[in-house]
Amino acid sequence: MKHRPQFNVETRDRLLPIGFPILLLLLWEIAVRLTWLDARFFPAPSTIITALVNLIVKGELLGKLWLLPGFISTGDWAGVLKVFAEGHLWISLYRIFAGFVLGAVPGIALGTLMGMNRTIRIALEPVFSALYVLPKIAILPLVMLVLGIGEVSKIAIVGIAAFFLVLFNTMAGVRDIEVIYLEAGRNYGANRWQLFRHVILPSASPFIFVGLRLSLGTALIVIIAAEFVAARYGLGYLVWFSWQTLLTENMFAGLIVIMVLGTLFTSGLHALERRLVPWQREERRMPMDASEMQRQSAKS
Amino acid sequence: MSIKIKAAGVTKVFASRTGPVYAVRNFNLAAEEGEFVCIVGPSGCGKSTFLRILGGLIAPSSGEVTLAPGGAQVPLQNMVFQEYAIFPWKTVVDNIAFGLEMRGVQKAERQEIALDWIRKVGLAGFANSYPYQLSGGMKQRVSIARAFANNPEILLMDEPLGALDAQTRVVLQEELVHLWEGARKTIIYVTHSIEEAVLLGDRVVLMTAHPGTNKSEFAVPFERPRQFALTSTPEFGQLAYAIWKDLEGEVKQAMEQQL
Repeated sequence: MKHRPQFNVETRDRLLPIGFPILLLLLWEIAVRLTWLDARFFPAPSTIITALVNLIVKGELLGKLWLLPGFISTGDWAGVLKVFAEGHLWISLYRIFAGFVLGAVPGIALGTLMGMNRTIRIALEPVFSALYVLPKIAILPLVMLVLGIGEVSKIAIVGIAAFFLVLFNTMAGVRDIEVIYLEAGRNYGANRWQLFRHVILPSASPFIFVGLRLSLGTALIVIIAAEFVAARYGLGYLVWFSWQTLLTENMFAGLIVIMVLGTLFTSGLHALERRLVPWQREERRMPMDASEMQRQSAKS
Repeated sequence: MSIKIKAAGVTKVFASRTGPVYAVRNFNLAAEEGEFVCIVGPSGCGKSTFLRILGGLIAPSSGEVTLAPGGAQVPLQNMVFQEYAIFPWKTVVDNIAFGLEMRGVQKAERQEIALDWIRKVGLAGFANSYPYQLSGGMKQRVSIARAFANNPEILLMDEPLGALDAQTRVVLQEELVHLWEGARKTIIYVTHSIEEAVLLGDRVVLMTAHPGTNKSEFAVPFERPRQFALTSTPEFGQLAYAIWKDLEGEVKQAMEQQL
């Protein structure tokens, strides 16, 4: 039996996920240059990158950052805020995170309560289940009716979306606790608060993280959609406005930023989860692909 | 010697669709201070239910349970569970210090006590490991150390070695004998293994098949400190066999009930 050096496979596995997308982008570029693809609808990657750089340089994506030193030296904090409020990226991020926090915190609290208390659960679950299935973007007009067309309604819609996802996942996590842990907690003298802090919350935290991950993803969807229809700044607005004015390369640039944002959210939460839920880091054995298996058996 | 644990006429009835089900029926037990009492019975006889009643996790339907506090500033009783029940989200040292933490013992002090027990149960070097990194035998060592570190007057053990393989079990039996002989706490030890009961206990209390009540009792006269070598003596075999002959009918009845 001949052993192929291990690093061959490893190097291949590391290069493939980078190399293949680069290949696709190259094909795209070539296809546009040979006019196989209509550049009005699908601008070449190089055009999109240029557009992205332009959006940054002109201060549309990140705000007019070059004004910052002046504002700071004169202590004009309103001016500083305005710079960030006029950057599509920052304003979207602000809406997402403000809404996320405002939805997730009560979601965890009420989800825990519903998981622990039968009466509260039975009373609230049908109402929340009904509200949960309602697409959040569908209630945007209602939210704007109540909270106005300003920042508050956009933050609220993200908060509502996050709230339900975190609530239901937290509740499932709390209900999933094995009775033996509660028994051990009680037998070793934990009071109600200690039981929550040392047993219920950590036991439910993997579920809570699922809720957080889902709601961060949903927050991105919801905020982009809300910005399509009801904003003058934000990544959703950038995409929508670029489409309306047929600046497709700006539209694609906006999509790229949204894509990067989504990826960063996911990996950021993963990193946070590894820090806060370290006991879950079991070395799961990688499932073997069918093709790998064939090669292995062919070698032996 | 004073009576530490007294259970009189303890009965536990659960409601079920087909009517009331007796888990334990009129069971009596008395244990002296510092005594190691083993409760042996066929599976499903309610011995774990009885232990949970002693541990305050289940209320008896009728009967009386008295655990006499010794007056010292230590907890009255703690349990060791068959399924270990150590917290997967706490490290070994934090698991062992759990009871102390719940009682408000300061961090430095409880760490010191926990580390001391980590050494005593042979887990040095694993203080900061999480349970998923431990084998079954090591997990149960953590669970036993958690109970001993909390220094309760009474230890309630629910088949603590039941989930372990036979060889690990022997090692832990010896360690348990050793730990107990050093601490001399009152222990109620539930097991389905007659050999384990005879090796560990001062007295073996037998329960009938479901619903469990008192069957009989055997005193275990062997000298302490005990070691596993004891199991190879004819006296040990004779006692274990005598207990088995007494219990056999109940075990067969329990098996028929399950059919």
